[in-house]
Amino acid sequence: MTGSLMAAAAPRTASGKRRRRAPAWLAAVPLLAFTAIAFGVPAVAMLGGALTVDDPATGVSSYGTENLTASLQGAYLTALLGSVKLSATAAGLAALLGLPLAQAVVSSGSRALREAVLTASGVLANFGGVPLAFAFVATLGNSGVLTRHLGLAEQGWSLYSFWGLVLVYLYFLIPLMVLTITPALDGLRTQWREAARNNGATGLQYWRHVALPVLLPSLLGGLVLLFGSAFAAYATAAAMVGSAVPLVTLQISDAISGNVLVGQENVALALSLDMVVIAGLVMAVYLPLQRRSSRWLA
Amino acid sequence: MARLNRSRSAWRPLVLGLAGLYFLVPLAASVIFTVDVPGQGLNVDAYTKIIGTEGFTTSLLLSLALAAVTIAVVLLLMVPALVALRLGAPRLKPVVEAVCSLPLVVPPIAFVAGLGTVLKWGPEHLARTPLFQTFVALQNPDFPVILVLAYVVMALPFTYRALDAGLQAVDVRTLVEAARSCGANGTQALVRAVLPNLRGALMNAAFLTLALVLGEYTVAQLLGFRPFAVWIVNISGSQAQMSVAVSVLSLLVTWVLLLALSGAGGRAPGATRPTRTSKASKG
Repeated sequence: MTGSLMAAAAPRTASGKRRRRAPAWLAAVPLLAFTAIAFGVPAVAMLGGALTVDDPATGVSSYGTENLTASLQGAYLTALLGSVKLSATAAGLAALLGLPLAQAVVSSGSRALREAVLTASGVLANFGGVPLAFAFVATLGNSGVLTRHLGLAEQGWSLYSFWGLVLVYLYFLIPLMVLTITPALDGLRTQWREAARNNGATGLQYWRHVALPVLLPSLLGGLVLLFGSAFAAYATAAAMVGSAVPLVTLQISDAISGNVLVGQENVALALSLDMVVIAGLVMAVYLPLQRRSSRWLA
Repeated sequence: MARLNRSRSAWRPLVLGLAGLYFLVPLAASVIFTVDVPGQGLNVDAYTKIIGTEGFTTSLLLSLALAAVTIAVVLLLMVPALVALRLGAPRLKPVVEAVCSLPLVVPPIAFVAGLGTVLKWGPEHLARTPLFQTFVALQNPDFPVILVLAYVVMALPFTYRALDAGLQAVDVRTLVEAARSCGANGTQALVRAVLPNLRGALMNAAFLTLALVLGEYTVAQLLGFRPFAVWIVNISGSQAQMSVAVSVLSLLVTWVLLLALSGAGGRAPGATRPTRTSKASKG
């Protein structure tokens, strides 16, 4: 602790007194030390806790995989699968809907429209969490404006359901898709379309054989990014549905706040570890795709 | 650029219209929800009563204070490190990039689960050591330092990308060399030559961090603190209208801040990947 604090103080005095050539990497030491403490220690604690099994009878704890096994069974497994299903559905729909929207903006050629949509997307993609949940509750919730005026409740509509959550998640996922896919659409050269047309291809054939294959890495990259974003979301669901829809984030929060059996904290940590593994897989897919798509867009 | 399929361009207004509908209706409905109270007709009580409501000022001030300290810490940690890496240790750059991206792999809820475990060590194992006082101070309800630590970690990926994009657009080496040959020392070169050129990126990073801290709910709620977002959820049970009104206002404030920012020469957050201007006009 003291050592890292001294290291943290070192670079500033060094550069301030202009001692002969303080190595540049010293300036990165505070950042790395901070991350090691504020991020590394909780991460290690989570890993350790997930792998620690407390025996309630004897009070002895030992290392084992029982928590991980428990986190993949019963209600926990249902929640994990529920999260995966919700995130995959919402991400897939957002990709399907975001692509034509981005293409409409890019191909319109209007600079004002483009700036407006991209700026709005920047705001909306960050508009997750509590305010989003409340906006939809006010619109389509039990006493929401549309629910009341259109009599949706009589037709069996409920916002506090799987499809209700999908509808809400699309609100920040579609803008995220637009932001992700726009650079790739910009990279589609007009010459490719002209060449396809000169060879007698229809618009559909151009998309099928030229544009989509070029866009595919970006599309898939965007898809996993959206999946990860929906998978990690907690505040929106917590503020909106409580625990009406089984989600892994809601299960973890229940277990942490002690709403379930005592001694489940370590299962919550094991669930967290499951989430990290899934999110890690997402990034492992995303980064190579990102690199691959940049080959065409250079 | 020639429009190739002008004949079939009817799909474009349709797509844009539907998108506009989907994104505007919830906002409009929220406003209607706050002013049109069933049985009472139109009134703006939900808005006028906000300031007097118990907890509003304290929770908002707490969030703003947390945001200010988080922004200061993030920038103090990141800016010198990124500038120095660019100048003298480019080989360390992938390491810093990876470290700053790691929080993306750990969802906030998993992070707070780990954080909560660490905080429990205090009373369980460290009660008789001086470290215990540190744990108590970290969780001071008037200003929970632990939240600042968490928010700095969560802001790392965004601020890294914003600052890195800014640094790419500036020739830091030449700037520093020029400043040094005019007699500046390292700190002066950073503060007087490099930072002014990074204004847009710094504002971007600060804004993203501000938005993150003001909207953050997960960590604060699970650790038992009550900043702004947690307060809104707490009052939503008893005062639905007002909680929606506050949500609408917070979106408006965010929007105004963003527009001011792009007006000041920054770029829209989210569009952090620098797009070449030559392509921006492509049809």
